[in-house]
Amino acid sequence: MQRRDRQLGALYALPLGVFLALAFLAPILLVAAFSTMPAKVFSLANLPDFSAYYTVLTQGYWKSVMWSLGMALAATAILFVICWPLAYGMAKVFGRFSLVLTIGVVMTLFVSENIRLFGWVLTLMKGGLIEGYVRHWTGAGFDGLLYNVPIIVFGLCYVYLPFMLFPLAQGIAMVPDDARQAAYDLGATRWQILREIELPLAMPGILVGSLLTFVLAAGAIAETKLLGGQAVIVIAEEVETAFTYGQNWPLGAALAMVLIAIVGGIAIWGIGKADLDRMMGRR
Amino acid sequence: MKTSRFAAWALVAYGCLILAFLYVPLVSVGLASISKARYLSFPIRRYSYDWYGEALASDTVRDLLVISLKVAGIVTVVSMVIGFLGALAFARYSWRFRKTYQKLILLPIFFPQTVLGLALLMWFNTLGVVPSWKTAVIAHLVWIAPIATLVISIRAYSFDPALEEAARDMGASTWDTLREVTIPLLMPGVVSAGLFAFLLSWGNFPLSLFTTGADSTLPEWLYAKMVAGYSPLVPTVGILTVCTSAVLLAVGLTAAWIFKRARAARVS
Repeated sequence: MQRRDRQLGALYALPLGVFLALAFLAPILLVAAFSTMPAKVFSLANLPDFSAYYTVLTQGYWKSVMWSLGMALAATAILFVICWPLAYGMAKVFGRFSLVLTIGVVMTLFVSENIRLFGWVLTLMKGGLIEGYVRHWTGAGFDGLLYNVPIIVFGLCYVYLPFMLFPLAQGIAMVPDDARQAAYDLGATRWQILREIELPLAMPGILVGSLLTFVLAAGAIAETKLLGGQAVIVIAEEVETAFTYGQNWPLGAALAMVLIAIVGGIAIWGIGKADLDRMMGRR
Repeated sequence: MKTSRFAAWALVAYGCLILAFLYVPLVSVGLASISKARYLSFPIRRYSYDWYGEALASDTVRDLLVISLKVAGIVTVVSMVIGFLGALAFARYSWRFRKTYQKLILLPIFFPQTVLGLALLMWFNTLGVVPSWKTAVIAHLVWIAPIATLVISIRAYSFDPALEEAARDMGASTWDTLREVTIPLLMPGVVSAGLFAFLLSWGNFPLSLFTTGADSTLPEWLYAKMVAGYSPLVPTVGILTVCTSAVLLAVGLTAAWIFKRARAARVS
């Protein structure tokens, strides 16, 4: 029995495993190899000189890295505060309304990200939904609300809300009601229950939600381009520019490796800590 | 310690508010799509549905639709098959590298999609493959096949291994067990994974951007028109793609509901 389980498991893992090795790991290794090549070559048949990394370090690309990480961090923190009460409601209070909320939120995920962001452009631009009607009703217009850093963070919060909300709700569902009841009976205040019981016990969900949000937001590009205009340039955009307009594959590859190292490092650390069998409900 | 009635109502109100917030941009796009003016500006003065007629009659839109459908259709079928097998390895059988395998599968989901698209473009170039909608299928699968695997795994976790063993004890071969026990039991998971796969591929932009070559999908065309040379067809085509997803999702949810009702009726 066990031997058959072992064989079948390995056999069934094969298609996806081979596919990901060929179409995910191999391209990443290729990027890593390209990042060591001299500037502006298009094949690997050159002597590696690591000059692209020197360019990354000396040409001020760290600013883009900082913008990406800083805005991702801000979005993660804001989303945690916004999503906590809602996740609490979904896990402990709502009952049937939870299902409505879940379907409503999941449906937005199936709408192309650029259509939703374009909708915000139409809403917030000068002559858009908000400014247009304010001008119509009060007679006094104002400049559009777009093209600054806070609006990019707003866009990140908007797009990645589901990725914080669902893991948080899952985490809060794991807090036993008995523990909260016991703390309450012993005279704990609402604040103490939150700090001493709910936050620590919901930690796996908090961790997964925050990591997911941070990692996705750090690699995001559309929010900055559509909502931010030229306000800042993020690292993912630098990668794209180096590959396309710059025609400098080694530089693009080196920038990509920086992003991959940060995002991949955090992701591997987080995934390593998570017990997937337990979180996905193995019996 | 029960949540007070007032607090519960406040939370529901908050939930409605967030839900409304999530749909604000779609309302704007919807309003824009029925504005008569060629250059959009709110408040809208004259409404018209002409842009819808124009969009539906346009050859460009039809070509985009065909390519998007081809990509999403193939991605759906392949994800269902790979994801079904992958989920059994993920959740059902204990084998040596299961934990490593589980973690490897999650990595593509976390990966920045634009960078993945560029990496794949370099990879296809090195292999001498000319990018077209077919390479976009590969790119979508790198991201969507793992998600399909996860969706089916949730179902596979609640699966009682004793059922398979019973079938085998009664003399069923591995293939018979798979066909008669495992596949029917996991079917609801496979179908929802298929729905997810289709919808995610249909709406995906960052993976398509670098991997479709001369072909173009609907989200790609929309993006190109958004950043350069606004066309009044953008909101219209945007709303049409959203409606397609909504209809598909509604059909899926209704089918699931009917299936559940029918089974409940059979059991009782």
